[in-house]
Amino acid sequence: MKKSKLVWLLSLVLVLSVFLAACGGKDKDETKGTDNNTEKTNKPDAKQELNLMETAEIPTADSALVTDTVGFTVLNNVNEGLYRLNKDNVAEPAIAEGEPKVNEDGTVYTFTLRDAKWSDGSAVTANDFEFAWKRAIDPKTGSEYGPYMMNGVIKNAEKIATGKAKPDTLGVKAVDDKTLEVTLEKPVPYFLSLMAFGTFLPQKEEFVKEKGKQYAKNSDNILYNGPFVLTDWDGTGLTWKYKKNENYWDKDNVKLDTINVDVVKETGTGVNLYNSGEKDRAGLNGEFAAQYANDKNLVKTEEASVFYLKLNQKRGGKTDTPLANVNIRKAIAQAFNKEELTKNVLANGSEPANYLVPKNFTFDENNKDFRDVNGDMNKFDATAAKESWEKGLKELGVKKVELEFLGDDGDLSKKMDEYMKNQLEKNLPGLSIKLKEVPFQNRIELDTKQDYDIQFAGWGPDYQDPLTFISLWTSDSAQNKMSYASKEYDKLVKDANITYANEPAKRWQALADAEKLVVETDAAIAPVYQRTRIALQQPYVKDLVIHNFGADYSYKWAYIAGKE
Amino acid sequence: MAKYVTKRIIYMIITLFLIASFTFFLMKMLPGSPISSAPKLTPEQLAVVEAKYGLDKPLPEQYLQYLGNMVKLDFGVSFQFKGADVTQLIINRAGPSFQLGIQALVLGTLIGIILGMIAALKQNTVWDYGSTLIAIFGLSIPSFVFATLLQYWVGVKWELLPVALWKNGFSSSIMPTIALAIGPLATAARFVRTEMVEVLSSDYILLAKAKGASRFEIAFKHAFRNALIPLITVMGPLAAGLVTGSLVVEQIFAIPGIGEQFVKSINMNDFPIIMGTTMFYSFLLIVIIFIVDILYGIIDPRIRLAGGTK
Repeated sequence: MKKSKLVWLLSLVLVLSVFLAACGGKDKDETKGTDNNTEKTNKPDAKQELNLMETAEIPTADSALVTDTVGFTVLNNVNEGLYRLNKDNVAEPAIAEGEPKVNEDGTVYTFTLRDAKWSDGSAVTANDFEFAWKRAIDPKTGSEYGPYMMNGVIKNAEKIATGKAKPDTLGVKAVDDKTLEVTLEKPVPYFLSLMAFGTFLPQKEEFVKEKGKQYAKNSDNILYNGPFVLTDWDGTGLTWKYKKNENYWDKDNVKLDTINVDVVKETGTGVNLYNSGEKDRAGLNGEFAAQYANDKNLVKTEEASVFYLKLNQKRGGKTDTPLANVNIRKAIAQAFNKEELTKNVLANGSEPANYLVPKNFTFDENNKDFRDVNGDMNKFDATAAKESWEKGLKELGVKKVELEFLGDDGDLSKKMDEYMKNQLEKNLPGLSIKLKEVPFQNRIELDTKQDYDIQFAGWGPDYQDPLTFISLWTSDSAQNKMSYASKEYDKLVKDANITYANEPAKRWQALADAEKLVVETDAAIAPVYQRTRIALQQPYVKDLVIHNFGADYSYKWAYIAGKE
Repeated sequence: MAKYVTKRIIYMIITLFLIASFTFFLMKMLPGSPISSAPKLTPEQLAVVEAKYGLDKPLPEQYLQYLGNMVKLDFGVSFQFKGADVTQLIINRAGPSFQLGIQALVLGTLIGIILGMIAALKQNTVWDYGSTLIAIFGLSIPSFVFATLLQYWVGVKWELLPVALWKNGFSSSIMPTIALAIGPLATAARFVRTEMVEVLSSDYILLAKAKGASRFEIAFKHAFRNALIPLITVMGPLAAGLVTGSLVVEQIFAIPGIGEQFVKSINMNDFPIIMGTTMFYSFLLIVIIFIVDILYGIIDPRIRLAGGTK
């Protein structure tokens, strides 16, 4: 019995200590890591090892199948396409040696490839690109992004994706080992920025065929031609490593030897690992954002994702909703306080958006932000909102309107929905909002069926051009799903896409006019905020580059300085 | 006994078949499809992808195909891990959950039994109240609270154990094990106490005392053995719950377990993983219930089953 007494005591002590300790509060929270900053040195340390976390597993490392940010980030660091995003988020030649030759009407691009090698020592050839792209568009591959990125861009892509043509007819051809000729459907002004996107990475035909179904299922079954190689990834696990790729053509500019990545889904756990010194960077959200708002190691990065309310004009695509009335839409678009929402409810550094195309995302030839053309539209204005509202109600001949507000079911989303409901009902007398919160998957299905009145949705860019946002709302767009149909808008988008494809200034203006039309004049959507990503990052981590579209991070230039 | 076991195994197979069928049709009733998270697809492309995964076939055909594959232990390929083999995924992920579950079960039950016995033997003393207090704490405070507190104090502040992650061998498993053990500990303590108190006041204990049996002998040989029966009844399902993994504890300690994967696959409509894990869980639960029934007979001869007496 003596032994059990001891166990008893021990467990009591343990349990009690946990409780008592919990009451102690957080007095010495800030002691760690304070003297890291005193000596500012940028000389790389001897040990070049970076410790990172991801919030999700790698669903696939096959560039033809990848659809998520983790996958794109991994591929961006272990592989390299014709172009690569540089530190300033501008695509620049990578495997392509210098700028391509472009024919007069901008439809045929001829790339010359530099001497680059795969991780097995073989050369990266033009055929690797031809093969990978054809594989991505082949319906048999079942790629989502292949058709999405190539349709309307690369010749015959759409026909192949819908089974009306053979994958062989895709407009990409390896003229010889070093020359790749790409034929486009029409001039595409942003084509080169696409070349930095994961879907357009090369794959070595022999290797893919040899591995068959096992291709890219774990880190041994992929070839790498980028700054790093992937190791210790079993295909579904929560951990993987990057090691410097000794066969990379630009390896002299890669400083890190190893990056250890672990998947940590709980923000709190991530913060604990960061505080214990095990991890060098931890993403923050929700309550942690507020808690660490004044931390000196806080890093804010503006993303190019914009969130907005979709205002459905026809329920199920058939019957008119009150939102078919433009004044009602204008009223809703102006009736909620975005400043307060981003500052107090979201509280993660995100900024109110009075626009569709995010700021600091696209620039014209003179490096002027696209945002400067239209500036803010339909800002929060309770008085104007009420005026439009009353006008709209009169036109509809009703006194009361009930609308269903569809949102996601996460904690933060729910808080935001609650705030929106409150604001809209307060500022628009006679309006009652019914909240409907469902899992993401479900929301997408309801969106597809157009089974909602108002929907809180968002969009992240796929290429660096305002069109990635503007093209969402043409009447034939698969993403429209709110019965917004404006001939004028369609024409402006067509102008930007085709008519002015080779006239940048006019094209830019057409895109801006389209944005003004959809946001301000027609109030088809009501922009809410542009997201900011915040994280804690050790000051000894240098040059970890964060991108605002495509892959999230580039580790190529990152290094450790001042940790030791 | 052999006849009984054969009969039970046949029942178990029927049960599994029913579970498989119900899960299949319930799952098909879930709103959304695994591919509906792909808003970038046009309807034609969607059709192509659905055909690739066999989702375009009529439901009965899908059902038969799925049953056929299941017999071969082939649960198909995952949607979220594009093309990853589900059976392999379950094998990879079940290991850590299983280890934690067993450790937590052993630790929790042992300490729980000891606490319960002390409480029963020293009824209405400070020992009794202390152990009851612990049991109440354990039952009423969810495991993730323990997990978070342990992680913060033992991991971050005192730096005694790894904060999280599954890479330092046994030491990585200590904190999650403790967090998971609190529940079974409390349950075991309470059951053992209640049963022992009852047994200790029964006539045959009096007889044993009269015969001069030592306190130790009475406590273990007589009282404890009888107290085990209800304990095993509750511990069976508890054990199944433990070895199949805990979503929260696995997430907090970033453990590559199966519990977390199960919940995620439901949210993502990843049919093959939902089916695979459900069947895996059901199988475990059924086997554990079977073992529990066998254990009854061993512990208490009165419950020995038909045919067992011969």
